Amino acid sequence: MVSYIVFLLVVAGIYALLAQSLCLAWGVTGLVNLGLAGFFAIGAYASATLTKWGGAPVPVGLLAAMLAGAVAGFVVCVSTLRLRDDYLAIVTLGFAEAVRVVASNEIWLTGGTDGISGIPAGLPRDWGQGFHLAALGIVTAILGLVWLALRRLVASPWGRALRAVREDQIVAAVAGKRVTRLKAEAFAIAAAIAALAGALYGHYTSYIAPEIFQPLITIYVFLAVTAGGNGRPTGAAIGAYLLIAFLEATRFAAEVLPGVSAVQAAALREASVGVALILLLRLRPRGLFPELSQKAPA
Amino acid sequence: MIEALLQALINGVIAGTILAVPALGFTAIFAVLNYPNFAIGALATVGAYAGWVGNTALGLPMVAALALAFAATAVAGLVVQWAAVKPLESAGALMMAIASLAAGLVLENALRFGFGNDLRGYDLPLLRDWRFGEFRVGPQQVQNFALALAAMGLLWAFLRYSRTGRAMRAVADNRDLALLRGVDPARVAAVTVAVGAGLAGMGGMLVGLDTSVDPLVGTRLVLSIFAAAVLGGLGSIPGAVAGAIAIGVAEEVAVLAFNPAYRLVVGFVVILAVLTLRPAGLFGARAS
Repeated sequence: MVSYIVFLLVVAGIYALLAQSLCLAWGVTGLVNLGLAGFFAIGAYASATLTKWGGAPVPVGLLAAMLAGAVAGFVVCVSTLRLRDDYLAIVTLGFAEAVRVVASNEIWLTGGTDGISGIPAGLPRDWGQGFHLAALGIVTAILGLVWLALRRLVASPWGRALRAVREDQIVAAVAGKRVTRLKAEAFAIAAAIAALAGALYGHYTSYIAPEIFQPLITIYVFLAVTAGGNGRPTGAAIGAYLLIAFLEATRFAAEVLPGVSAVQAAALREASVGVALILLLRLRPRGLFPELSQKAPA
Repeated sequence: MIEALLQALINGVIAGTILAVPALGFTAIFAVLNYPNFAIGALATVGAYAGWVGNTALGLPMVAALALAFAATAVAGLVVQWAAVKPLESAGALMMAIASLAAGLVLENALRFGFGNDLRGYDLPLLRDWRFGEFRVGPQQVQNFALALAAMGLLWAFLRYSRTGRAMRAVADNRDLALLRGVDPARVAAVTVAVGAGLAGMGGMLVGLDTSVDPLVGTRLVLSIFAAAVLGGLGSIPGAVAGAIAIGVAEEVAVLAFNPAYRLVVGFVVILAVLTLRPAGLFGARAS
């Protein structure tokens, strides 16, 4: 039971990192990233290939994952930043699919649909419970660092400019903000955070494959961020822990439903995620921890 | 090599014409309601299952099954619109798009709950391909092609001659002016969603006829639909048709040159290229 909870807390920490990414892109800057699962995958593959086949130490893999995520984020967003916001949504949705197709077919690099197993963790796995506790400590510490950094960024003049862009691009541009550049910076940093989450996931579970990086992950993170409050890093992180609790609760609920097959139970769980997101968007779009309105500096 | 290319061209035009049906639905909803409906893939799946039930369980002829697919998906589209999207109208296009994505997830899983993950096939006679010298065309392919053309012909006549169709075009063209002229926006929105979703459902059924039906049959179309609509210019009706045929051909030709699995990536590459070089697409007017 304890190891189950530790495992869930590690996974929740990784989702909380994804939520930090979406908080920056969507909550603060107003850029919808429907390809979160794709950036998650890019980070996982970058770090896994580098550490397993390149023999690089895990911290180097993590940094490389962030770099790969940032570059991918820049490439994906740059063509749409001058267009209506929904073009970015379309491109990112396509991006996640394209990443999965490439990961399934470039067998020399990614192992194809078999995936990559035996990814080094940087910690001895034979520590048993100790390994999982150490991983929990590391993931939670990294989440804490990202959370602190994001809080500072959001409160900084740069963060205020991002929110100005979110509220009204034209006004922001008239006020002398470089709108396109700000958006590209925010999106690339957010993509790097998602990639970092992916790298940690791979090192922790030791196995990645294209089927893991389903578009459903993206919807999970939207649910987490909407529940917690999409404009605040704290809200987004707490939303991720609530998300994992919700997903586990639906798992138990689906098991006790009488006369429902395994496929049907899985379908009900996925549908409940969609229903929860629709209801939250409608009833409590600002989440549990709504963004506080900031006073203009004197 | 030339023969293979021409064969790919024939297949591509047929596949593209079928793809044009859901692409028209997507672009029509964008033109009138001003948001990208990400439930379009799940709606196509609804049509594929509705047509399959009509064809196998009810024994309907193909045209009647297609009408059933249209009707069932029109209803599903309206439910998505009213339950998930409409309450967020004031929150902007992005929120509506996210809500439609969530609604699509619910639809997909409702179908999975009812029908399971198994592949379902339509009840079709096995027919030998027609041969013209070096080239082959399946009679079923030709029938699907003809049905897609007929559906587009009906849509064209509806938009051109009916009062409601003209009102839809007026709202798409200039919303404020249309309202000033006494067009009822709620009614036009509802008809557009019903027709747009219905077209997606017909497209899903036509693709299901060609392959098989499972809970992801429509979702696999989504990238191609987006690419067709973006290439033609989001919100442009003739653009969606031209874009879909171009994407259909590009996908078939790409299969000759690359690993067939990369067919899916063609749409993404086209979207990136169009948005970088000519965001308004072939026929679109507004992108920013």
